[in-house]
Amino acid sequence: MTETQYLSPKTIDEAVNLYSKNQGQSKILAGGTDLLVQIRSGVLSPETIIDIKNIKEISEIKNNGEGSFTIGAAVSGASLEENEEFKDYWPGVLEALRLIGSEQIQGRASLGGNLCNASPAGDSVPALIASGATANVQGPNGKRNLPVEEIHAGPGKTNLKNDEILINFDFPTKEQGSADAYLRMIPRTEMDIAVVGCAVNITMDEDTCINARVALGAVAPTAVLVNEAAKLLIGTKLDNDVIEKAAKCCEDACNPINDKRGTIFYRKRVSGVLFKRALKIAVERAKR
Amino acid sequence: MNEMSNKWIGKNTIRPDGAEKVTGRAEYAADTTMPGMLWGKILRSPYPHATIKSIDTKKAESLPGVHAVATHDDSVDFPLDTPVILGIQDMRWMARNVLAKEKVLFHGHPIAAVAAKTEEIAQKACELIEVDYEVHDWAIEINDAIKDDAPILHDFIKFDGKPSNIAGTLEHKKGDIDKGFEEADVIIEKDFETAAVHQGYLENHACLVSVAPDDKTVIWSSSQGQFMVRAMTSFITGIPQSNIRAIPAEIGGGFGGKTIVYLEPVAAILSKKSGRPVKMMMTREEVMRASGPTSASKSTVKIGATKDGKIIAAKGVFYLQAGAFPGSPIRGAAGCCLAPYDIPNAHTLGYDVVSNRSKVAAYRAPGAPIGAYAVECVLDEIAESLNICPLEFRLKNAAKEGTKAVHGPTYPKMGYVETLEAALKNPHYKLPLKKCQGRGVASGFWFNAGGESCAQVNITEDGNVAVTTGHPDIGGSRASIANITAELLGIDINRVSVTIGDTASIGFSNLTGGSRVLFASALVVTESTKQVIDILKDRAAKIWNIDKEAIDWENGVAKPAGDNAGKFKPLTLAEIADQATPTGGPIGAGHQVNTVGAEGGFATHICDVEVDVELGIARILKYTAIQDVGKAIHPAYVEGQLQGGVVQGIGWALNEEYIYNDKGKLDNPGFLDYRIPVCSDLPMIDTVIVEVPNPKHPQGVRGVGEVPIVPPLAAIANAIYNAVGKRFYSLPMSPPKVLEGLEQK
Amino acid sequence: MSKKIHVTTSINGEETEYLCEPYDTMLDVLRNQLNLTGSKEVCSSGDCGACSVTLNDRLVCSCLMLAAEAEGQEIRTIEGMTENGNFHVLQQKFLEHAALQCGICTPGMLVAAKALLDKNPSPTETEIRFWLAGNLCRCTGYDKIVRAVQAASEEIKESA
Repeated sequence: MTETQYLSPKTIDEAVNLYSKNQGQSKILAGGTDLLVQIRSGVLSPETIIDIKNIKEISEIKNNGEGSFTIGAAVSGASLEENEEFKDYWPGVLEALRLIGSEQIQGRASLGGNLCNASPAGDSVPALIASGATANVQGPNGKRNLPVEEIHAGPGKTNLKNDEILINFDFPTKEQGSADAYLRMIPRTEMDIAVVGCAVNITMDEDTCINARVALGAVAPTAVLVNEAAKLLIGTKLDNDVIEKAAKCCEDACNPINDKRGTIFYRKRVSGVLFKRALKIAVERAKR
Repeated sequence: MNEMSNKWIGKNTIRPDGAEKVTGRAEYAADTTMPGMLWGKILRSPYPHATIKSIDTKKAESLPGVHAVATHDDSVDFPLDTPVILGIQDMRWMARNVLAKEKVLFHGHPIAAVAAKTEEIAQKACELIEVDYEVHDWAIEINDAIKDDAPILHDFIKFDGKPSNIAGTLEHKKGDIDKGFEEADVIIEKDFETAAVHQGYLENHACLVSVAPDDKTVIWSSSQGQFMVRAMTSFITGIPQSNIRAIPAEIGGGFGGKTIVYLEPVAAILSKKSGRPVKMMMTREEVMRASGPTSASKSTVKIGATKDGKIIAAKGVFYLQAGAFPGSPIRGAAGCCLAPYDIPNAHTLGYDVVSNRSKVAAYRAPGAPIGAYAVECVLDEIAESLNICPLEFRLKNAAKEGTKAVHGPTYPKMGYVETLEAALKNPHYKLPLKKCQGRGVASGFWFNAGGESCAQVNITEDGNVAVTTGHPDIGGSRASIANITAELLGIDINRVSVTIGDTASIGFSNLTGGSRVLFASALVVTESTKQVIDILKDRAAKIWNIDKEAIDWENGVAKPAGDNAGKFKPLTLAEIADQATPTGGPIGAGHQVNTVGAEGGFATHICDVEVDVELGIARILKYTAIQDVGKAIHPAYVEGQLQGGVVQGIGWALNEEYIYNDKGKLDNPGFLDYRIPVCSDLPMIDTVIVEVPNPKHPQGVRGVGEVPIVPPLAAIANAIYNAVGKRFYSLPMSPPKVLEGLEQK
Repeated sequence: MSKKIHVTTSINGEETEYLCEPYDTMLDVLRNQLNLTGSKEVCSSGDCGACSVTLNDRLVCSCLMLAAEAEGQEIRTIEGMTENGNFHVLQQKFLEHAALQCGICTPGMLVAAKALLDKNPSPTETEIRFWLAGNLCRCTGYDKIVRAVQAASEEIKESA
């Protein structure tokens, strides 16, 4: 048996160094709400566990003003919720993160963990994509910044390199008259994995939609940015027939599977319903 | 009935085991250790159906840290052709369920076990055991198991003279069913399906077993019967019962699922082979894969009524899954489904179907919810077609004292009618409903049970009371027993302790199951306490030197019965206890009996739902459970039984189901995707306690715990129909199913 | 095998040291090394809440936390809930309201409910229900648990 170890670096450079030294054999530990389940059930048995929560940049919330935030990858849902400014600017991202698991899970689960776990059903991912957030990653060859929608490669797979660590997320400056919202469908009221998730980020000028981003979760191998739906909305007053057409776009953007959580028929149909409901909430928030 | 002041009976006292449970000190099955203890793990079948050609344990045995490996060859052999019945179980099946012998019959079926220094080593050693399988086709669903070319699980099971997966039938007949349907003005016949659901007790099966070189055995485990644990372990290991002391740990929920053993005999074999105590704990995944859920089912129910609303004929056919070995609860389905009604012509028939799933175990009113679901849904349709209020319809056909039930007995005084009247009167039934909201009602019945019970009531040297009984307490029975003892003795509740004895310290007491515990233990505790009072009077008589007959026991003291008896200052329990030695020695009494007179329980439920028609989600808005409980000894724990049963029924109706993949493997073996109700899913659950005392019980007790899971499935289905105008005939009514149904409307 | 990790932490206000394997969870160490068996192992996946503890006053599942992560932190478990030998008001209300049957979920439920009332002394019924959604109970149907938490909240408010 090889020696397993738990490491808790204090700086990004130290973490990157450790991670790249043990390429493929090590796992990054943030909140642990996915990783520990996978270790416990024997799905994973990494030789090295690198706990990144003691690294300042990865655990801090920075308000850059006007809606621009830098949120550490390992900031927990419970702690992000306590930031009133973030809640005001990005209610959709926060509600998506807060929907993951129980209060107990919220004490640990993070945006970074949810993204890197790369489940197609991760709640915060569609909301991050709709928000236009970008991810800062760092490896031995330096840093790069990429849009969140480019990170997922498939179920359980990301486009991060073997030696790269996700550090934090940059949220863009908030446009005047914009707001986001996230809704998901689960059979119970809590504790389930999303059967469908839908995030809408919209900018309104009076009654006219001037910008929009729509993203779906749990309906394809990765979360989907539905540009066609957004295009239909932009420049309109969001009349019913526009919304119906955009909802149909959402249904068409789905490439789901039949599984223990839902059927293809169900996921397609529900993605349109959730889109309409999330849009309504986002518009109400934007007009506030 | 005793005339009683009812100072304690009917009071919500603090439970005797409460303090330990709210401080984390209560010891459950996994919470204890023994010196030198090893850890045991089980190797489970990766196939749903295969013949075991050979098992090679050599590599596992030679792994450092491994102390013993066990297979079926280490257990007592039960030949397939000789039944060995223990209660409702057959040890032929039980032994093969605990460790597979000829065949593995479901994915997760135990094959071998290892005891090692650590759990990790034990697990690793399991993976080193080499098993040579001949893999067979499998059948998971009932329809696959009963079709002509189905893979046969057990060659020796014959039906209609041919090898079959139908392991048995049970039927009840009354009147002339064909004539009945001829006379009916309206006949409705429907097919129904229910999914297999798990009891969902939170505590995983666990045990700690020590077998000494002389076979003296101590078993620490949680179960619904320490005597069942002793007997089954004795059967499977060959260790005589007198050498086994089975200690009942606190039990973290059972609901029927802990009425059989899984680990204890295996741990005993490993302990004997290794010479060390062995602890075993299942993971949640193992619990879901390999401990008994209750049956999935398919059924057909046909009911005929006259146009004035009298049910004249009823027929029900129920196929229930047994899992790998015979023994599904067809009696509950076929026996309980028509029990609330006075029907002249009836026929119910149940089929016991084996298939490649884990062996079913009892689950709260086993079988009864399946039967009631179908019958109560069809009754709703008949009431609708006759344009009668569904409660009035049931009232018109309700069984009462003197009714001969379809399943046999003639009812004594019982309170089904009273539950219907209470439902009609309940404000809930009249509340207005909004769009997409609906209301449904349904009734239910459970037999309840008596059986063997023992109690010992001892007066302590300081004049307090220690009661010991033999039934594990899951839902608060100790609190009720304390209430009864304090009432009878006329003393403060805090002077009574109640303990569940181990198999060496109290006589044979049957399972905590069938809603029998309070009925039976109240009987034996009452009798023991009466004997104790008799002794106390005798001791007072000796102290005062008068006749025992001249002494009354009142409010916790002995006093002269009247002026003729003489003038003495009353003697308290403490004063008599203080004189126990000179007046004859320790004061105490026990009673052992096979209790009889458990009478059935009836309930009527009202449920409101709201359906999100775009998402297919049904949510419970309001729920009222009304039940004849005979007499509520501890009303809060009676309410707790009703509420808990209802919520399990809600889970069964809406989201819970065993889902198998195309390899015959359970696809949702955990609480993430086996979706039991969570706190935010529910409203408060209202209860109405109806008390029509059981005439055959000293306090009037009827069983309480099982009836409340019987009506919810149909009450919810009827409510959803009322909300959206679409009937669903298959459980669970999960969102994808409901949405698709609504689209087809 | 691997080198054991030495951890110094605070458990229920007492400095505590232990050696753990890198994969050991906090729950493993609480139950198997420190004899704090009040935290229960049920699902090992964060779905049931029976192992709830607080980590620096934040409610977490101890089954989803490595024991090594406790270094320098503050852990509180059900065993630390009584105050000077007296029941915490939540424990008292759980007893009075018959909010437990089998009792296996009770420690986790109490730890979670305390974390709620510490943060929000006057929760609505809906807030209580959603906060406790991660604590499964199969016996009670949650009714009496919610009522007990409401009663505790009332009492805390009155004595404040």
